[in-house]
Amino acid sequence: MSEWIAFNRHSIWAIYKFEMARAWRTLTQSIVTPVITTSLYFVVFGSAIGSRMKEIDGVPYGAFIVPGLIMLSLFTQSIFNGSFGIYFPKFVGTIYELLSAPISYLEIVIAYVGAAATKSIILGLLILITASFFVPIKILHPGFMIAFLVLIATTFSLFGFILGVWAQGFEQLQMIPMLIITPLTFLGGSFYSIDMLPAPWRTIALFNPVVYLISGFRWSFYETADVAVEISLAATLGFFLACLLVVSWIFKTGYRLKS
Amino acid sequence: MTPIVVSIKDLTKTYASGLQALKTINLDIRKGEIFALLGPNGAGKTTLISIICGIVTPSSGEVYADGHEIRRDYRLARSKIGLVPQELTTDRFETVWATTTFSRGLFGKKPNKDYVERVLRDLTLWDKRNAQLQTLSGGMKRRVMIAKALSHEPTILFLDEPTAGVDVELRRDMWELVRRLRDNGVTIILTTHYIDEAEEMADRIGVINRGELILVEDKAKLIKKLGKKQMTLVLQEPMAKIPPELGEWHLSLNDGGHELVYTFDTNAERTGVPSLLRRVADLGIHFRDLNTEQSSLEDIFVSLVSDRGKAAA
Ligand SMILES: Nc1ncnc2c1ncn2[C@@H]1O[C@H](COP(=O)(O)OP(=O)(O)OP(=O)(O)O)[C@@H](O)[C@H]1O
Ligand SMILES: [Mg+2]
Repeated sequence: MSEWIAFNRHSIWAIYKFEMARAWRTLTQSIVTPVITTSLYFVVFGSAIGSRMKEIDGVPYGAFIVPGLIMLSLFTQSIFNGSFGIYFPKFVGTIYELLSAPISYLEIVIAYVGAAATKSIILGLLILITASFFVPIKILHPGFMIAFLVLIATTFSLFGFILGVWAQGFEQLQMIPMLIITPLTFLGGSFYSIDMLPAPWRTIALFNPVVYLISGFRWSFYETADVAVEISLAATLGFFLACLLVVSWIFKTGYRLKS
Repeated sequence: MTPIVVSIKDLTKTYASGLQALKTINLDIRKGEIFALLGPNGAGKTTLISIICGIVTPSSGEVYADGHEIRRDYRLARSKIGLVPQELTTDRFETVWATTTFSRGLFGKKPNKDYVERVLRDLTLWDKRNAQLQTLSGGMKRRVMIAKALSHEPTILFLDEPTAGVDVELRRDMWELVRRLRDNGVTIILTTHYIDEAEEMADRIGVINRGELILVEDKAKLIKKLGKKQMTLVLQEPMAKIPPELGEWHLSLNDGGHELVYTFDTNAERTGVPSLLRRVADLGIHFRDLNTEQSSLEDIFVSLVSDRGKAAA
């Protein structure tokens, strides 16, 4: 009980600040690269290809892909930030300090996941701003847009955190995002509506969890969706809770953190 | 009676590999003392320290730090403890100042620039405060680790082999620093392979081997034991019995009467050696050879450790 009352804000703040400072130091890597990549996407998909594409559900193709592009970066960056934040001290050995500090597991998660999510949210907004220079963007439900952005960034940072605790090498750290997340995102309707897929694939696509996330996020922009927004929201929350459950199990058992 | 500041009760640790690293450790550390934990490689020193600091989970038993059980009241217990681990692990790109203030914050303390400055000055790191850790020498890095450990004003400090790979001069500095910390009321538990270090620094010495604490003693008492010296006279003719004229020296006969052994205290004002030799000459006892021997902490340590080794084998 005392654990919840005596909240250790100095410790959380120290970790959060430390993580943000590291992002600042590696500014090119964490911010500039994704922004340039997004701009390239727009040059290729928005202008070169997009000009030959029809509108999708009444939205110009260039604008249609913006939410999907943001999600693509949000997924990969959240996972990267979340996993690297905890994997790095494990790798260089400075984790001893974290484990010996008077800080609860909940506080460790809040600090690391909070910092990771903050970074990817800032990035998502930067991509949105960059995109607005290329294509006309409408945000019909800004509240929902922000809610999805925060929830998805947090969930994937949490997922990244789990990955970082589990991983025993840099290859493993990179494998999951490359092997699972990127394909699921590409197949999850970031660049098209899954309605455009031929019959059996449309059904198969519905088993891809990423479809629900992208669909919900896009709905907050243009009110066009592959699945009902309620279902999207429920799926996002479900994924969030699943990650939370795994994290609490990790800490209860000390899995791969303590011997 | 000095109050107890760390109390270890029936502590055991078996790693997942099945290796029993600690077998029922019981130990009390007194407030304000320097306690040296001595033991060969793999004895369990780091394991013991890691458990107390919360890095390794104990298999059974309890540890109280300043009255707080380390698992139930981990917040209070850990806020009292500072740890300088055996391995030099540093965040290469951080500066000395950033990493030290980070440690302070991590341990839940409000920022205090003056205090951190004092710590860095004490460790002669102040000039290096804006240097990245990767640009520092090994000895400086170790001092940074100490600065990090002291940043949250702990009252109990664990130093796991603070002088491993440190040159003679820095070793002296380190000892000096540890003494100063103790004078400021910090209780210090250090591990070392160097017996002279334990002898130089510690108020009490514990010897651990194969996960067992086989000796805990005041250094002064150990030194007293160590102050004993033996002089052996190798006789030309074996002797059946010690002549009564030599009674006052409490001699003993060895090797079937071929050796006359005198045990004395080197710390005593009069060792009795010259008078004994005069009396022996007066009595016409001839000896071929004479040798003296002093048991050092090293001997005691080696014999303790190897006896146990044999017993276990
Ligand atoms: N994480 C671990 N998993 C399994 N076994 C371990 C682990 N850490 C240490 N051990 C084993 O436990 C025993 C005690 O190790 P420990 O590091 O406590 O020894 P030590 O006294 O500190 O030795 P040294 O003087 O070499 O530092 C050793 O046999 C070691 O191999
Ligand atoms: Mg060790």
